[in-house]
Parts: sequence; structure tokens; C-alpha cells
Amino acid sequence: MTERRPDPEALLAQARAEEQRATRGRLKIFFGASPGVGKTYAMLEEARAKRREGVDVVVGVVETHGRAETATLLEGLEVLPRRAVEYRGITLHEFDLDAALARRPTLILVDELAHTNAPGSRHTRRSQDVEELLAAGINVSTTLNVQHLESLNDVVAQITGVRVRETVPDSILDQADELELADLSADDLLTRLREGKVYVPDQAARAIEQFFRKGNLIALRELALRRTAERVDAQMRGYMQEHGIRETWPAGERLLVCIGPNPAGARLVRAGKRMATSLKADWVVLYVEAPGQRISASDRDALVQNLQLAQELGAQTVTVSGLNAAEEVLAYARTHNVTKIVVGKPTHPRWRDKLFGSMLDQLVRGSGDVDVYVMSGDVEGEQPPRGPLPGRPAPLAEYGRAAAVVLLSAAVSFPVFSFRSLTDVAMVFLLGVALVASRYGRGPTIFAAFLSIALFDFFFVPPRFTFAVSDVGYFLTFGVMLAIALLISGLTLRIRAQAETARERERSTAALYGMTRELAAARGQSELVAVVARHVRDTFGAPALVLLRGSSGRPELPVGTSPAYPMDEKEQSVAAWALAQGRVAGAGTDTLPGAQGLYVPLAASSGIVGVLGLRPLDPKRFQDPAVQHLLERFAGQAALALERAVLAERTQAEQVEIQAERLRTSLLSSLSHDLRTPLGAITGAASSLLEDKGTLSEATHRELLGSILDESRRMNRLIGNLLDMIRVESGALQVQKEWQPLEEPVGVALIRLEDRLADHPVRVHLPPDLPLVPLDGVLIEQVLINLLENAVKYTPPGTPIEISATTTDGVVRVDVADRGPGLPPGEETKVFEKFYRVPGATATSGVGLGLTIVRGIITAHGGRVWAENRPGGGAAFHFTLPLGGAPPPGVPAPAPAE
Amino acid sequence: MADPGPVVLLIEDEPQMRRFLRAALGNESYRLVEAATARDGLAQAAGRNPDIILLDLGLPDGDGIDLTRRLREWSGTPIIVISARGQERDKVAALDAGADDYLTKPFGVGELLARMRVALRHAARAAGGHEEPVFTTGELRVDLEHRRVFVAADEVHLTPTEYRLLVALVRHAGKVLTHRHLLREVWGAHATSQTPSLRVHMAQLRHKLERDSAQPRYLLTEPGVGYRLSAD
Repeated sequence: MTERRPDPEALLAQARAEEQRATRGRLKIFFGASPGVGKTYAMLEEARAKRREGVDVVVGVVETHGRAETATLLEGLEVLPRRAVEYRGITLHEFDLDAALARRPTLILVDELAHTNAPGSRHTRRSQDVEELLAAGINVSTTLNVQHLESLNDVVAQITGVRVRETVPDSILDQADELELADLSADDLLTRLREGKVYVPDQAARAIEQFFRKGNLIALRELALRRTAERVDAQMRGYMQEHGIRETWPAGERLLVCIGPNPAGARLVRAGKRMATSLKADWVVLYVEAPGQRISASDRDALVQNLQLAQELGAQTVTVSGLNAAEEVLAYARTHNVTKIVVGKPTHPRWRDKLFGSMLDQLVRGSGDVDVYVMSGDVEGEQPPRGPLPGRPAPLAEYGRAAAVVLLSAAVSFPVFSFRSLTDVAMVFLLGVALVASRYGRGPTIFAAFLSIALFDFFFVPPRFTFAVSDVGYFLTFGVMLAIALLISGLTLRIRAQAETARERERSTAALYGMTRELAAARGQSELVAVVARHVRDTFGAPALVLLRGSSGRPELPVGTSPAYPMDEKEQSVAAWALAQGRVAGAGTDTLPGAQGLYVPLAASSGIVGVLGLRPLDPKRFQDPAVQHLLERFAGQAALALERAVLAERTQAEQVEIQAERLRTSLLSSLSHDLRTPLGAITGAASSLLEDKGTLSEATHRELLGSILDESRRMNRLIGNLLDMIRVESGALQVQKEWQPLEEPVGVALIRLEDRLADHPVRVHLPPDLPLVPLDGVLIEQVLINLLENAVKYTPPGTPIEISATTTDGVVRVDVADRGPGLPPGEETKVFEKFYRVPGATATSGVGLGLTIVRGIITAHGGRVWAENRPGGGAAFHFTLPLGGAPPPGVPAPAPAE
Repeated sequence: MADPGPVVLLIEDEPQMRRFLRAALGNESYRLVEAATARDGLAQAAGRNPDIILLDLGLPDGDGIDLTRRLREWSGTPIIVISARGQERDKVAALDAGADDYLTKPFGVGELLARMRVALRHAARAAGGHEEPVFTTGELRVDLEHRRVFVAADEVHLTPTEYRLLVALVRHAGKVLTHRHLLREVWGAHATSQTPSLRVHMAQLRHKLERDSAQPRYLLTEPGVGYRLSAD
């Protein structure tokens, strides 16, 4: 290996780690072989030194255990008050994580990293508290004893005979930015112990005595020193890697640890971790799930715990399913370049291997160039009592049916026996047994086999009608019958189990697909949320709800929370934590396990969009990797759909915003243009008149004055239109309908526009029998004025304008038609849009609001308005007004003129 | 021209409007008294005894309708209300409270002077208690004494209700009459909600008296307010 270039993958990982380190707080661990070596002391001394340097140091939690020298060191340091937690009548004083996060010091001291928090705390372990502090960018100093390290737990237990319950994952030690070893020789420690300088809890005095034996202390010291050395080694390697030094670069080892559903797995996992560490290898913990295999609840719990342990120790965990464990393991090993396989020693009796073949044997034979290590699979502590034989207990009815089948074969056997040999009779019975085996469980099959043998013996084997057997050879027949029965039933059970697994998969996939399909069809966030909640509830059999990330960043309660899922403050805070941290929390997890619900973050590509909450009746069920996996897939689908909805809504809002912006711009430009033009004319004319020194003729005077008046009127109309527009737009338009003849508004409009209509002959055709129409006179007059003005504006002088009305189907239709150039084809509906102007229109044409106002007023009346080009040229505008029943009583019908 | 012109009390808060009216009315030999608030207006109306009052409805310190009502408690002086467009309800309320006419801003001087003339003429006639026996406008001629109606040379036959309606309009020719006013005068005090009925009779009257009932010359509609008989 002559290459000096650093491995790019490794560099990338390093860059990532450095990036994370930049925002994360630094972790310093004071590491020791046992209590009393002076870790806390060293930590406090350093804190005092830092404080003198001006660093903002706060003591989060430090146990003095009444030792004066430690207490003295605490003086002058800021100590956070503890949080009192009531637990079973005892008040415990725990580290206050929230206070620490709120205080945000530069450095915080948190003693005893392996401490287990009192129930009711946010995290079960103090190491998780520290993790959160680091994530918040706070530097943490802490202390740790070697026996609390997860991977050394077994070794320490072997050395000292005392098993330590409180452990921390090794990964936290690897993550530490600094590791300082507090070292003390065994003799010195024992001296300190005799002087009472080491804290010994009263209740554990005996265990402690056993613990603090010189031999133990030496062994522990060695462990601590070695672990520290390993770390220094790792740092050295890191340095080499960084600088392209590759001399000692190890070949890429990959370790595969196979565990089964039993407590022994924990030991294998820890052994695997030690091996992986010493080999500097990646490692994977694999569990092969056999379809249909019945596992007792306690074994399942053990499996889940072991897989969790493996994850904590830094392994990748994989669950595959298959009937032949050895084949599955080898298949995985081959596809993932595994170099070493670790398995446990078999614990079952040897005859099973002889009968069914040994998994270990198969593995070793098939492993090729992969090394297989067989570790002792001793079970820690006593083995939990085995549950009843796995397998579905067959209901009594199945035994009955099995008996019936056997009796039937006996009945058939009589005629067969009369003309065929005894061998054929045996075949008939065998057929019956096979039939039972193929349909019912193992119990009924064995029962059927024995019953068949008994009947066969009694009725057919000579001497007949006794259970006595004359020829020993018949025992072979009986044996074969039994063996075949067992074989077939075994095969059937396997097939059935496989089918069951396949069905289970199918159901999961179908459930997921069902939700995905409905999500695709759902519109809007609220609908999506409802779909997700319903599907999760149906699939997992637990009340569910979805909390979306609110504008404040906290989860928002959906409207109309289901009574099956009460969200009290505690539940909400758990959901908030899951949302903020992007990690699963709540019942059945390590974080806030006291909650009623389980909260899964909905992580989409842009971040976490919300939290899926479930209220499992049986939280343990959700520790099953298969269930967890399915739940994660549901959450993933839901997150994607919700993200899509959020994006769509945002896009739509932006579209609306753009439209509104465009409208505002065009309104502003219209206003500035249309109001300034007449103002310009008025200002010009008025200033000319004011500054006239007798040079302007009388006619010019009048002309200027006339233009001032005209322009003022034009502005008045414009402002009127704008005000009407605002009223129509803002919904402030109040229609005060009164029954009246259409003549009235028409007449008023014509008189109001008399001057402007001078150049256009107006023909009005209102049938004399036109009924009274419920309308707002002022508004309809405005409609007519706008339509007439429009006609005047766009048609050449001299062309006629026609107003007519007809009654049809409960509406009055009014037409205003001209003989001008007509509307641009295809723009018949566009003309009613705001600020629409016919292309090429002159500046005098107006703002383009007239027809929009017409539409607003007619719509407010419950009518309809439209425009079209007339046959023979010109434009026609039509609007309808609903008659809405009979006019009020007491109104005489309009009579035509006499 | 020894006779000094009539006294006009202008109650208006806008200085620009006052300036315009001062110029317009000064030309026409009216003597103008100005008030910028309702309070001042009431005091001036009592102190200066005006012949006509121009009242802006949008005064800063009070309700023009209320001011009209208070003026009417002791004074018969014609009141012309000035209002902005879109205040139809206020106009009707002011007219019902006793105002004689209204003008909508913006208006031309010609229109204002015409309304003032009508108002003054009505006031003079009411004071004299004298009524012209024959009313004429354009081709329309109403002989009140003999209860006969002519358009040009042709006599028109009206129903009693139509005739009563026409007479009500003739009595206040040139003045706007609210629906309520006409209903009370023609049908009696109990019938003030029968506006559709009034509209129908008005339509019939137009069919009989107007050349084109859709473009009336005499019987004019004041949108949202009432009717007016053209007096010119």
C-alpha cells in the first residue's frame, strides 16, 4: 500500500463529525477504575481553574457524599438547584435539565454519567440528559467509572462478582472530545477507603466489601487504563488518517453477530462489540426471524432489548426472515462483505442436530472464506421458565374431526380388507392420517396416528379383534405410520406458518398501500391528517392522532380532538419533545416512558412536519422490530403527504399573493394615470385663466372653463366607480330591493346621461306588460349608466343604442345593445374583469372598472350578466334580474296607457 | 335694485365649498351668512332670520338631520340639504325631517340657483296662502279649479288616485317629494309602506302624461328618494 492519499470516505465522515462538533458542546469525561479514585475532585478542580479564566461554569449536579474536601471545592461555584421528584413517597433530588438548558452556561458539570433518573424524568438515563445538553451547544464535564461501560459490563461482573445495573453505551465514550483518567493505585485507594474518604452507601455495604478487594481493584485499574489507551490509539489513528498516514490501515473487517430470541444474546452482542473494537471493524447484529415460530413474551422482550443494546453499542441491527437460519446468515454475509461471523454455542440437546441437522454445522460448511467464531452462549442469571410448547393449541373440535376421519378410514378398510391385503388397509389408514395432518395441528395428527394404529391393530392385524400382535413385523408398520404422520404435520405447519407470515406481510403492505392511496386522493392538510389517524388506528389497533408543527414550532392540537385520545399537558410536552428532537418518545421508549402515548416524528425531506401520536394498549407490542418498522413506514408516508400538502398550500398562497400584487400594481398605475390626467387638464386651464393678462379671447376663456368642468365631472365619475368597486369588492354592497317598474331606473339613467348621449339615438323597448321587478333602484341605475357609457365610449357617434327588456322563466332580461365595432372575439367574458380595457383603446376610455361593477351589482341581485357580439355588428350586454315570486299584496297590476 | 337680495345662511364646514358658494351667490345679489358648525348655524338661523338655509349634512359637530328637525320646531325657512353621493338614506331622512330639497355634491351653480329659486317661490306662495288656479309646465297643463288635465291640446282622463298624486306634485312643483310624503298626502297617514303601489300609479301617470314614459320630461324620479315634478 503505497498510496498516501487519505481515504475519501473516511475524510467525509471526519468532515461530518467535525461539522457536528462545531455546533455541539464539547464532552469531557473524567474516567476512573472505581469509586474513590478522585474523578469528581479532578473535575471540580478543573472547573475552578476554568472559572478563574473567566469561563461561565455552572454545577449541574455534583454528589459530595458528605466529603469535606469535595464540598470545599464546590464553594464559589454556581450550583443549579435540583429538581424534587416524588417517587413512591420518597423525594428524590434530580438534575434539572430544563433549568440547565434555560441557564445556558458555557460549561456545565454533571457528575455520574451512568446515573439512572427517577421515574417521571424526561429521560431514563442521565447520559441522555447530557446528550441533550451537548446538542444544545453546552460543554459538559462528567465522570464515569469503567464498570459502567456497556461493553465491559460482563468482564467487570466476572472480575468482581458484582453486576452493575447502571450502564452507558460505549458510543458516549467514543464521542467524548476529551477523556481524562483519574488514576490511583489499589493500595492508595484502599488507604483512602479505610480513612473513610470513599463514599460507601450503607445498604450495599456487603457488596461494596466484595467489590473493593485488592485483586478487583487492580483488574479494574487495568481495564480503565486499557480503555483509555485504546482511545489514545484511536486518536492516534485519527491523526494518521487526517494526515494521510496509511501504514497501519487495517483491511476492512466486517463482523456479523447472530443472535436468537433468548437472553443469551446480550452476551454475544457485548462480545461482538469487544471484537469489533479490537478489530476496528464495522459490525452488524443480525436476527433471523423464522416465519410462524412461536416465541414466548419474555424471549421476545429479551430479543428487543438485545437489539437495542446492539444499537447503543454502535452496531447496525438487521432483522431478516427465513426458515433456514444458516442460509439467511450466509446470504447476508455474502451480500454485505462480512469477514467474520459470531454465533452462540448451541444450547439444545445434540439429538436435535442429529435429527434435523445443525445450524452451526451448515454455517461453518457454507461459510467459505468467512471466519466463524463460536462464543459461549451462557445465559446470564437463571433462564426464564420456558413457555408451553409453541404451536397453536388445537381446539377439541379438531380432535373430534380427526377421530371421525380415522373412523371413516376404518369403515372403508372393511370392504378393502375383504378382497385386498393388509398392506392396502394400512395405506387407507395412512391416507386418513395424512388427511388429518394436512388440515389440523400436530396434536390431532398424533392423536389420529395412534388411533389409526389402535384400530388397525384391533380390527385387522391378526389375531383380529384383540390388541395383541402376532407378528413383530407389524410394529414397523406402526412406526412408519407414526413417522409419516409427524413428517406431514411438520411440513403442513411450516407451510401454514409461511402462509401466515406472507399474509401478515400482505396485510401490512395492503394497509400501507390503502393509506397511501387515500393520501393521494385527499385534499388539504386537515383531510390528510384525518386519513393518517384513521389508518394508523385501524392498522395498529390504537387511538391515533397527528399533530402538525404549528407556526410557533410547537405541535398544534388538531381541531376536534377525539375523546379516545385526550391530550393533556404532559402528553403535549412529550409530543413537543419528539417534534423538536426528531426522535421517537413516550410509552415503550427510553425517553419519557411515563407518557400514555407513543410519539413518532413525521420526518419529511424538508424537516419534521409533525408528530404521529398513538395510545397503545400494549406498549410492548411496539418494541417488536416488525411493528416498529411498519409504524415508521406509515410515519414516512404520512410525512411525505403532509409535506406535499404544505408545499401545495404555500404555492397556492403565493399564487394568490402574486395575483393580489399584480392587481395592486395595476390599480395604482390606473389611479395615478386616470386621476392625474384630468387633474393635469384642470390645473393647466385654471392657471392659464388666473395668469391671463387680458390676452385670451372670450371664446378661449369659455373653452378653458368648459374643459375644467368636463374634466372635473370625469374625475367625479372615476372616483364614483372606484368607490363602487371597493363596495362591491369588500362585500359592503347592500342591495335594498323594492318592487318597481324597470322604467324608473332606465329613465333616471337616460336623464343623467342626457348630455353624453346627445350623439347617439337611444331606443327603449320596454313592453307595457312588464311586471314590477324587485331591485335596488340606485344600483340598477348605476348598472344602466355604466353600460350606456360603455356603449358611448366604444361606438362611433351617430350609431344607435337600444335598451330592451323581456320576461322569461321568472327573470327579467335587460339588453343594452349598440352598433359599434363589437367586442374582440374570445374576450366576451374578459371584459368583465377588473382593469380590462379593449386593446387599442384611447386614454379617455377609463379605468376599466365599469363592467366589473356591473357584474358585482347584478351578482348581488342574484342575476347574471354576459356580453356577446350581435349578428349584423355591434356588442350586446345582457343582464337578468330574478323576479322572485309575486309582488307584495295591494299593488295594482300595471295597466297599459289608455 | 334698492331691494336688498334674500339672506342665505350657509352651514358648511369646508372652506373651499364656502369660497365657491360665496363667489357664486355674491353674483346673484344674495346676501350670504356663513356658519362652519351646526351650533353656529343654529345661532345664526335665530339671529339673522335668513330667507333660505343651505345645510351640509356632513358637519363635524352634529347631525344635519337633527339640525333640520330643530330648525323646523320654530322656523318655516326653506332648507336645502347638500350631501355627497351614496347618502340616499340621509337625504330621505332630512327631507322627512322637514328639509325642502337636496343637492348632491358635486353640483353646478345653475342647478343650485334653480333649486333656490323654487324653494323661495314656494315659501312666498305658502306665506301668501295664494294658489295659482292653473299650473303649466311644458305641454302639461293642470287646471286645479276645474280638475282637468291637458297634454298640449288633448285632455287626459285620470283616475281619482292619479289625479290626487298629480295635484300633490303640482303643489310642490320643482321640489323633491319623498315616497313617504306622497303616500301620506295621497293615501293618508296609514299607507306609508305602500311604496310599490305609489310606483305603479306613478308609472301609469307617466304613460298618460309623458310622450316617452321611459324618458320622462315632467314626472322625474329622484333615485332612492322620491319624485319631483319638473317646474321649468
